[in-house]
Amino acid sequence: MSTLISDIYNNILEGQKAKAAENVKAALEQGINPETILNEGMVAAMGEVGRLFEEGEYFVPEMLVSARAMQEGMALLKPALAKGNVQATGSVIIGTVKGDLHDIGKNLVGMMLEGAAFEVHDLGTDVSAEKFIDAIQSTGAQIVAMSALLTTTMGNMKTTIQAIEAAGLRGKVKIMVGGAPLSDQYAAQIGADGYSPDASRAVVLAKSLVG
Amino acid sequence: MKRNFNHLEISNLDDFIFGRSPSPIQLKNGMVIGGGEVIPELNFTLPGMNISAATMPEVRGQYSQMITEACTRAVELHAKNLVVEFELLPDLTLTPEWGAEITALLRAVLDETEKKHGLKTGLRVTPNDIREFSRPPLMRRGKFTEDMFRCFELCAKAGADFLAIESTGGKEVHDEAILKGDLRLSVFALGILASRDMAYLWDKIVAICDQYGVIPSGDSACGFANTAMVLAEQKFIPRIWAALIRVLTVPRSLVAFEQGAIGPNKDCAYEGVYTKAITGFPIALEGAEAACAHLSPIGNIAKAVPDLWSNESVQNVKLLSAMAPTVSLEQLVYATRLMNTASARGSHSALALRDLLVESDSALDPQAYVLRPDVAINLSQQIISETTAYARTRTAALATLECLRKASAAGEVTLSRVELRWLDTLSAEAENLPDSEDKFIGEMLPTIDANKVNLSEYEL
Repeated sequence: MSTLISDIYNNILEGQKAKAAENVKAALEQGINPETILNEGMVAAMGEVGRLFEEGEYFVPEMLVSARAMQEGMALLKPALAKGNVQATGSVIIGTVKGDLHDIGKNLVGMMLEGAAFEVHDLGTDVSAEKFIDAIQSTGAQIVAMSALLTTTMGNMKTTIQAIEAAGLRGKVKIMVGGAPLSDQYAAQIGADGYSPDASRAVVLAKSLVG
Repeated sequence: MKRNFNHLEISNLDDFIFGRSPSPIQLKNGMVIGGGEVIPELNFTLPGMNISAATMPEVRGQYSQMITEACTRAVELHAKNLVVEFELLPDLTLTPEWGAEITALLRAVLDETEKKHGLKTGLRVTPNDIREFSRPPLMRRGKFTEDMFRCFELCAKAGADFLAIESTGGKEVHDEAILKGDLRLSVFALGILASRDMAYLWDKIVAICDQYGVIPSGDSACGFANTAMVLAEQKFIPRIWAALIRVLTVPRSLVAFEQGAIGPNKDCAYEGVYTKAITGFPIALEGAEAACAHLSPIGNIAKAVPDLWSNESVQNVKLLSAMAPTVSLEQLVYATRLMNTASARGSHSALALRDLLVESDSALDPQAYVLRPDVAINLSQQIISETTAYARTRTAALATLECLRKASAAGEVTLSRVELRWLDTLSAEAENLPDSEDKFIGEMLPTIDANKVNLSEYEL
């Protein structure tokens, strides 16, 4: 691994966003393959961040700082990746369903997906089925991730899935769901492709859905 | 009646105990809260279902079943008193007539049970803070604000004994503060935004309560501190950060009492331990018997000083024995029966039970430690030595971190190496909070994302 790639890796691990951007720029100027910068520097660093999180050494605040450093580097790297036709891990539309305003869990999932190099389109809270459908059509995302915290709003996940089916888009996207009142069984009942009980497992699920 | 709090109503540790408050509350039917006995407070909610005009008959049926079966079991268990909380779901606040209809339904069953069996009952009604349906939230105008206040009025008319809320002013900023571990942003959200919103909101809620002869009870910082607690339980944020946020919410929740609330404070408002010491008004709390709603590291210690003991909430689903709300009711009755039996034996027994409840939790988690009655008295004293919400929140930060550092050094609470690292980080941030509120606001405003918060709604 070149010194610069190693520096980028450490910058992201330690959440040094300015240095991460500086070193990504320098690496591109030195002609290092953008895909190498992405995979060996940035994605590998976020993988280590994830490992430290799993071991209880890092919490979400540290992960956020690392994710920001990665985003800073990605902003510089994206044009080069596009030129080389390098794709993101996947593209995800995420939102809290109609009638529900709880979004911390949804935000965490979005943040962790970004850290794993997914392209995330966050629709926010109280999202209608129509908005999900519009986003599928406009982004071409492979995954729709829905969240609900209330027993009285979880039913809107089923409504949304039915609307996606009615719009003829069900075959184009995988659907994953999460939220306190949900379960594997409920996800299966409403026709979702997967359920995650927490944000870190949501990344594993998303990877498996696009894998 | 507006008040200022500049001294503790409970400063003697032996006077700080479950079931007894310096300013008990008497309901119209004679039930006394905080007069010596802990009373069960049952909360329940719908199973997975949509709420709409079409499903309202089923909604009525669900609530009717929950209240009827719970009251029947309370009578069978020889309970003398029962409080029920009806915490409205968003849809029931968005259409206030529906919320009022369910309030009337619950009231009728409670009244009938009281008349038939002599079980004294009380009804707390908690409309949902629907102002955040507009993003960024409009806190003082617009349809959602109007409907929320109309819901308070209609539910008061429909038979509520006391009104409460878990208001969310400042939450649009605080969620980010929690996730970023950002103490300055948390202090800004709680000490400036939330406290200003509470003053506005509770002035209006107290006026509604006065108009309809209903008790203004209190406002939980659930969306702030319990969000943090749940995230800490999932290992997403440090426990010490969640413990600190708990104490940071005290000045914010105190504002409701300054505006005229008199308790009992809400069950999920664990900051109520502090508001009870400061105001002397009774509180509800929840712990082990609320595991049906959320996990926590404070199941026993939360029983040390409540006047109402709650299950937080439970869905109306069938368990092996009975429907879940009836199961919760039974658990609450037994828990309170034990506390009241200890009290009946005299203060020596009651204090011994309280101390066992405290001792069993307090060393294991900083979130439990800050709920120790002696710690709450100590920190409350420091908090009310200041006069503004910002200065109180700043003092809460400095005093709590110092208290936890000393407790860790003395072996009174266990903090891991990683938690100690966070203690240092947070302490450094707290030391940098300026004395001057104006200076602090001036420093913070350029950092606030105007897409997330309408600052003008907070007089900024």
